[in-house]
Amino acid sequence: MLHEPAVELGKDHSIPQKTKLGIIMFLVYLIIYAGFVFIGTIYPKALGAKVIGAQNLAFIYGMGLILLAAVMGLVYNYFCTKFENKWNKGA
Amino acid sequence: MIYEISPTAITIFLFFVLTVLGLSFYFARKTKSASGYYAAGGQIHWAVNGIAFAGDYLSAASFLGICGMIAFFGYDGFLYSIGYLAGWVVALFLVAEPMKRLGKYTFADALDSKFDSRGIKLTAAISTLVVSIFYLIPQMVGAGAIVTTLLGLPHYVGVLMVGSVVILIVATAGMTSTTYVQFIKGGLLIVFSSILVFLVLNKGLDKSPSDEYHKFITLDATVTDGKVMAVSDAEYKILGQQNDKDLVFVKLEKNGVFSWWKISSRDGSPVLEEALSVVTMKDGIKLYNGEPKASKKFYQVGHINKIIVDGKEVERTGPVGPFEYIKNIESSEITRFTKKAFVHEGEKVTLYYQNITSGEDIMKPGLYYKLDKGSNFWSRLDFISLMLALFLGTSALPHILIRYYTVPSQRAARKSTIVAIVVIGFFYILTLYMGTGAMINGCLDVENSNMSAPLLAKTFGITLFSIISAIAFATILGTVSGLIVAASGAVAHDLMDKYMKVKMTEHGKVTAGRFAAVGVGIIAIILGIIFEKQNVNFLVGLAFAIAASANLPAILMLLFWKKTTSKGISWGIIVGMVASLVIILFSPTLYEIYGLPPDQAWIPLQNPGIISIPLGFITLVIVSLMTKKKTV
Repeated sequence: MLHEPAVELGKDHSIPQKTKLGIIMFLVYLIIYAGFVFIGTIYPKALGAKVIGAQNLAFIYGMGLILLAAVMGLVYNYFCTKFENKWNKGA
Repeated sequence: MIYEISPTAITIFLFFVLTVLGLSFYFARKTKSASGYYAAGGQIHWAVNGIAFAGDYLSAASFLGICGMIAFFGYDGFLYSIGYLAGWVVALFLVAEPMKRLGKYTFADALDSKFDSRGIKLTAAISTLVVSIFYLIPQMVGAGAIVTTLLGLPHYVGVLMVGSVVILIVATAGMTSTTYVQFIKGGLLIVFSSILVFLVLNKGLDKSPSDEYHKFITLDATVTDGKVMAVSDAEYKILGQQNDKDLVFVKLEKNGVFSWWKISSRDGSPVLEEALSVVTMKDGIKLYNGEPKASKKFYQVGHINKIIVDGKEVERTGPVGPFEYIKNIESSEITRFTKKAFVHEGEKVTLYYQNITSGEDIMKPGLYYKLDKGSNFWSRLDFISLMLALFLGTSALPHILIRYYTVPSQRAARKSTIVAIVVIGFFYILTLYMGTGAMINGCLDVENSNMSAPLLAKTFGITLFSIISAIAFATILGTVSGLIVAASGAVAHDLMDKYMKVKMTEHGKVTAGRFAAVGVGIIAIILGIIFEKQNVNFLVGLAFAIAASANLPAILMLLFWKKTTSKGISWGIIVGMVASLVIILFSPTLYEIYGLPPDQAWIPLQNPGIISIPLGFITLVIVSLMTKKKTV
C-alpha cells in the first residue's frame, strides 16, 4: 500500500527545474559553509583577523552565512515560483 | 540572591501557561481525525506555518542554550547559531518540497512512499523516537532551569510541570494547537528578544555592571617555594593550598567563614584573586562561598575588566550601535569565570575563578572548541563534527519534517521554510548580543549557563524578566508539544497502525497517539531530571547528530539516488543511529554524568557526526547495491 499525502496536491511539471536549482544553490552554500569550517580548523588565527570596518573575519563570515541563507532562500523562491507559473500553465 | 520569587513574575508566568492551555482546549474540540491530530488537516497558512517552524526550532537550545554558551564561551556558542541556520538551507533546497510530495503524517511515511517496507516503517519509527527523546531531554532541562529561576522551585518540579502540561496539551489537541502555540510563541520570542538587545546596546559597555555588583578583592601574597606563607590582610588566616597543574588555589578564613582564592601575578608580584566556591563538606552539607545557600552570598558575576574605545581606556561607552558594540567587545578585556573541581582534604570543591580574557579571543572560536591554543587532533575533529551535524541535522529532525504536512501545497511548504529562515536567522543574530550582554552585565549564575538570557533580562527590570522567562517556558511547551506529536506519531501511526497492522478506527488512531504521547512524555520527564546540569545547547547538538546520522542519509538517497533499496534505507538508519548513540555513550560528557573522569572516555569526541554520518551513508549505499535485484 502506498501512502497518500494529507491533502490532494495538483500535478507539478516544474519539479525537474526546481530540483536542479535546489541542488546548485545547496552546493554553492555548502562550499561557502565548508570554507568557514576549513578556516576554523586549519587557520584558526585567520578568524581573528580584521577584515571590514574593524570587524574580524569570524564575525563577518558568521553573520554573512546567516544573511546569505535568507537571501538565497528568497532568490530560490523567486525562480521556483517562475518555474511553476511557466510549466504548470493550464495544467 | 540570584533566584527570588516575585508576584509579578508568577502572575505573568501563569497568564502565559493558562493562555497556552486555553488555546489547546479550544483546538482540541476540532480534532476528530488522524489527519487533524498529526497534520492539522494540512490546512495551515504558509506564513503561520513559517513562524510556527521558528517556534518549533527556537527551542530551549536556541534561547537558553546558545545565549548561555555565548555568555560563558563567547563566539563558540555563536557557532551553533551559524550551524543551526545553515541546516535550513539543506531543508529548503533539498528536502522541503519532496517531503511534502511524499509524506502523509510522519517522516516514515515519506521514506516508505516508494517501497511499502515493514523494515523502513520499523526503523524510521525507532529513529524518530530516539531523536525526539534526545531532543526532549534539553527541553526538559531548560524547563527545570526556568522554574527554578522564576518560582524558586527545585529543578525536578519544573521538569514535572512542563511534562505534565505538555502531555495535557498533546494528549488533548495535537498538531493544530501545537502550530498556533508555536506561532504565537515564535512571534513573541522575536519581539521581546529584540527589545532585550535594544536595551543591551542602549546601555553599552560599562566596567561597573550595577551598584550591587560584587567588588572583587585582591590580596598581596608572600610565596616561598611555591607555598603561600602570608597575605596582606592580617584578618585572613591561611587554611590550606591546592595545586592543580599550573593553577594554585589557596583556602583562607576570615570571621569564621572560609573562602577560596587563586594565585595570580600582578606586576611580577604574587597576588590572590577571589574565587566563587561551592564546597560539599565531609558531612554532605553544601556551602556557597563558605556559607549556606540561604545566606545568599553566592552572587552573580561577569564584568568587563578593561574597555578600550579608539585606543583609549574608558569606564563606560554609553549607547552604541550593533557594529560598534562588537568592535568594542573585541578591543576590551572581559573577566570570565572558569570552573575547576577537585577534592581537598576530603571535601569536594568546585571553584569558579576569574579568568581575564581578551575580547579578540572571545569574538572568535576557541574557548570551548579548542582550535588554536591548546588544540589537538581530536579537538579540531570535534569542531568539524559539530558543524557537520548542525548543517545536516535540521532537515532530518522528525518534529520539523512533520510540519511540512500541515500546509496545503509544495509551494506553501517552500514559502513557509523561507519565512522560517528569515525569522530564525534574525533571532540568531540577536543571540550574539544577548549572550555577550549577559557576559558583561554581572548577571551570570556560574552554576547554570542556561539561565543567562533570562537573568540578563532581569538586569533591566522584573517585568521584562518575567515576560522573557514566561516566553522561554512557552517556547519549551511548544517545542516539547511538537516533539511529542512526532514521537506519538511514530508509535501509534508507524508502529501500531502500519507496522503491526493493528485494526483501528480514525478515533482509535487518535486515542493511540494520545496514549503514546503520555508514555513519551513520562520518559522525557525522567531523563530531564537526570541531565539537569548539562548545557541544553550541547544536548540538542547530540540530537542533531543522531538525526543527521540516522535519517538524513535515508532522506537524501531516497530523493537523489535511484538505486536506493528498502533494505539499504533500513540498514542506513540502524547503523547511523547505533553508531551515533555508541559514540555519545562513550564520550567525555557522558563519562562526567557517570561520575568518571572525562579524560578517560573511550572515545575522545563530544560530537559523533563526523564518524556516524558517513557510516550511515556508506551502509545505505553498500546494502542497496547488495540488495538491488531482490527489492526493486
